[in-house]
Amino acid sequence: MHNFTLAELINGLRSNKFSSVELTQHFLNRIKELNGDYNAIITTTASQALESAISADQRLANGNAPEMCGIPILHKDIFCTNGVRTSCGSKMLDNFIPPYNATVVENFENDGAVMLGKTNMDEFAMGSSNETSFYGPVNNPWALDCVPGGSSGGSAAAISARLAPGATATDTGGSIRQPAALCGISGLKPTYGRVSRWGMIAFASSLDQAGPMARTAEDCAILLNAMASFDEKDSTSVNEPIPNYRSKLDNPINGLKIGIPREYFSEGLHSGTEQAVRNSLVELQNLGAKLIDIKLPSSHLSVPAYYVIAPAEASANLSRFDGVKYGYRCEDPKDLEDLYRRSRSEGFGEEVQRRIMIGTYCLSAGYYDAYYGKAQQVRKLIQQDFSNAFKSVDLIMGPTCPSPAFKFGAKGNDPVAMYLEDIYTIATNLAGLPGMSIPCGQVDGKPVGLQIIGNYFNEERILNVAHQFQQSTDWHNHMPSELA
Amino acid sequence: MSWETVIGLEVHVQLATKTKIFSGSSTRFGASPNTQACAIDLAMPGTLPVLNKQAVNYAIMFGLAIDAEIEQKSVFERKNYFYPDLPKGYQTTQLEKPIVGPGRVVIPLADGTTKAIRIHHAHLEEDAGKSIHDGDIPIGVSGVDLNRAGTPLIEIVSEPDMRSSDEAVAFAKKLHSIVTSIGICDGEMSQGSMRFDVNVSVRPSGSSALGIRTETKNLNSFKFMEEAIQLEVDRQIDLIEDGGKVTQETRLYNGDTKISKPMRSKEEANDYRYFPCPDLLPVIVSDQTLDELRSSLPELPDARKSRFTQQYLLSDYDAEILASDTSNAEFFESVAEKTKNPKLAANWVMGDLTARLNMENKNISNSPVSSSQLAGLILRISDNTISNKMAKQVFDAIWLGEGNADEIIEARGLKQLSDSGSLEKIVTEVIEANPAMVTDYVNSDESKRKKKMGGFMGQIMKASRGQANPQQVNQILLEKLNELI
Repeated sequence: MHNFTLAELINGLRSNKFSSVELTQHFLNRIKELNGDYNAIITTTASQALESAISADQRLANGNAPEMCGIPILHKDIFCTNGVRTSCGSKMLDNFIPPYNATVVENFENDGAVMLGKTNMDEFAMGSSNETSFYGPVNNPWALDCVPGGSSGGSAAAISARLAPGATATDTGGSIRQPAALCGISGLKPTYGRVSRWGMIAFASSLDQAGPMARTAEDCAILLNAMASFDEKDSTSVNEPIPNYRSKLDNPINGLKIGIPREYFSEGLHSGTEQAVRNSLVELQNLGAKLIDIKLPSSHLSVPAYYVIAPAEASANLSRFDGVKYGYRCEDPKDLEDLYRRSRSEGFGEEVQRRIMIGTYCLSAGYYDAYYGKAQQVRKLIQQDFSNAFKSVDLIMGPTCPSPAFKFGAKGNDPVAMYLEDIYTIATNLAGLPGMSIPCGQVDGKPVGLQIIGNYFNEERILNVAHQFQQSTDWHNHMPSELA
Repeated sequence: MSWETVIGLEVHVQLATKTKIFSGSSTRFGASPNTQACAIDLAMPGTLPVLNKQAVNYAIMFGLAIDAEIEQKSVFERKNYFYPDLPKGYQTTQLEKPIVGPGRVVIPLADGTTKAIRIHHAHLEEDAGKSIHDGDIPIGVSGVDLNRAGTPLIEIVSEPDMRSSDEAVAFAKKLHSIVTSIGICDGEMSQGSMRFDVNVSVRPSGSSALGIRTETKNLNSFKFMEEAIQLEVDRQIDLIEDGGKVTQETRLYNGDTKISKPMRSKEEANDYRYFPCPDLLPVIVSDQTLDELRSSLPELPDARKSRFTQQYLLSDYDAEILASDTSNAEFFESVAEKTKNPKLAANWVMGDLTARLNMENKNISNSPVSSSQLAGLILRISDNTISNKMAKQVFDAIWLGEGNADEIIEARGLKQLSDSGSLEKIVTEVIEANPAMVTDYVNSDESKRKKKMGGFMGQIMKASRGQANPQQVNQILLEKLNELI
């Protein structure tokens, strides 16, 4: 059953090939058996899942159940789940049980989807390798000595290892697309404001966006249908009509104009990755698309701007974790200062502390204009680059990340090298644009991701093209050799 | 050397919204600790703020009331600092683009003239919670009550335009009058609905450069504010005259001990690292909203005051007092309309009624004497049914709930004796019964006779059981005594 796509499972439930209880039990067994190899899931909610599956089966029997009814999924541990520990990958929240659901979780629950558990992640979503998690690193199913990418490494590895047919994830600078690429699955970061941020623990509020991960573009469309909603509880949620993301998947892509930014094929790009991406572009040409050279001249500024804006916002967002109200508190604080200092020093990991310090510095008196003010100007330039580009092209494509999955510790001592993992993904977050990664080839048996960037609220077009690509290629069906 | 005092105020005004500025929790005062704090107020992970539109409208109304420019695209920012009563570790406030721009407030001065105090700006922000160190809290432990966290505030920042504590108090009172008149604040000072930070400096008279200022924070009564300013002015002058220098610092004034102490100096001041709050969109105010709010504004205290002087022919002083508070003003107007006697209405509202209310810690909106009851009383004074002295008795009885003026006058037989036949009879009897006093009167100097009349008056009032109309008695008595000279 675990080899079926999510779309196939939906049909299977409806044609009574299996029940949601059977399906749920199957994935729970699989998690029990295999998760030890990957460490992709940090909390399994078995009994709750089976209860949901029983009600889902009843709802399915009654007819008219939503598509996601009875489908087991995983939530990244950044989404608050009522009554279930939500750690955000941090010691700080190791004991935190929220009394509320994130809107994303609520939306799936309302549709009758079954939560299997919560996935591992970089601490507070800060990382590109899942090595910063308090719960230990996640192993890439394609090569157990390699990273799965991050921060949504747990969700990506779990899909790749067939521990669930779909999962939620979040993307602040590439945290859906980069692990999707490294684990050979499909992942979509929607337009900023498309999916509610309520109950999603904030890293950088102006960049954070939740999105789906699954094996195929079609499955991502199904998940996005359930996730997307206008939410009055999130002031940055956008009240745009929500299409059925499945409805245009089968449209032909004749005449599609694809912009190829020369900046995305520059120095630092692994030659094997470049080859795989170029091959897939040829494939799209064969399907009727036109490739057009474009320039995104401010691209080189996106990583520096991001590493000012994201830490600045994070430095404030993470101030609430102070040992006073919830979460980790140090032993025997001698006074208030000591309580703050030790709770935060002991509760946060090194990378989180590094970013809090960077952000605090950038916002400090005398530095604000030079860093934060400047970074906001760069952000405008990047937005302009994209809006200029979208005057002449429908979508923009390139590699998702510079190279395939790297070994644990390879970039551990060099934060900047790690930050450059997101060199191709960060700009879309700064612009608020939707972007997707789909598997498009392999290098040394490790998957490569093709990134597809669309204009605002043009997820439909991205999913359509990704689906068409997957109809004529089989990279999304490749399995890690261990599983085959 | 003579010194000039320079004062600027920062005033925190709690807005009278039902719910908090970024959450749906109630803002009601006095609930048990942490019973009015939801996940948003507690800054639980993943929660997000949603702006209360009413709070925005109230801030705009204040701006319109002081003729200020309204910023049609204002921005919320995060002010970062750690404190247990600040759950997010930052206060959501406004800095670069506050919603209310420059405006002015006119205050009355002691010499009868007025002075315009410039307002630098007013911004919207959330209140913090409270730390608790007493009550049920064990020794050595501090508690945090987040009921107040997220209560909407406007912070009104004046220019340093005040030159004395009197002016500062007049300004504070005028602000109180404006915000309560337009209904954006309940004005309950004892519940912290208005709190003042005073910036004080002194400079040699004639100098135009500003001296080094201190800020005394969180004064919650006009009285404490006045005391704190006086104390600080004296402290600074003494310090400078003794060869010292004022340090820029934040101070706290204790109204009970009358002592002020430094809290922190400029060097220790926080770097608040303000930046725009990414969880909130800029606040856009449309022209239509502005027009609607402008036309919804009730009469402002200054306009009401000038109307009172014209319509009711009140003195500037009376009009200022009666017009400054909407409830007072409405009460007065109701009494004035019903009695057609604005002067007497004003005297009673400002005099006996206010004194009694103050004495019993009540205010006009829960006054035991209604405006109709006071009007009923005044009607009986104007038609001479009762004397002023009787009126005080009747007023006390109304206060105690014994009924309306007419009922009480009837029940106590308090009608004033104005029938001249009966009065003459009593006067004659008293004169005849006191020949010695008559002789004394007749033999006295003209200038002393008036005083001697008092003795007769006392006996006449006693004989009439206090019901004789004193003016009439006075006239009859004078006539009769003069006949005897």
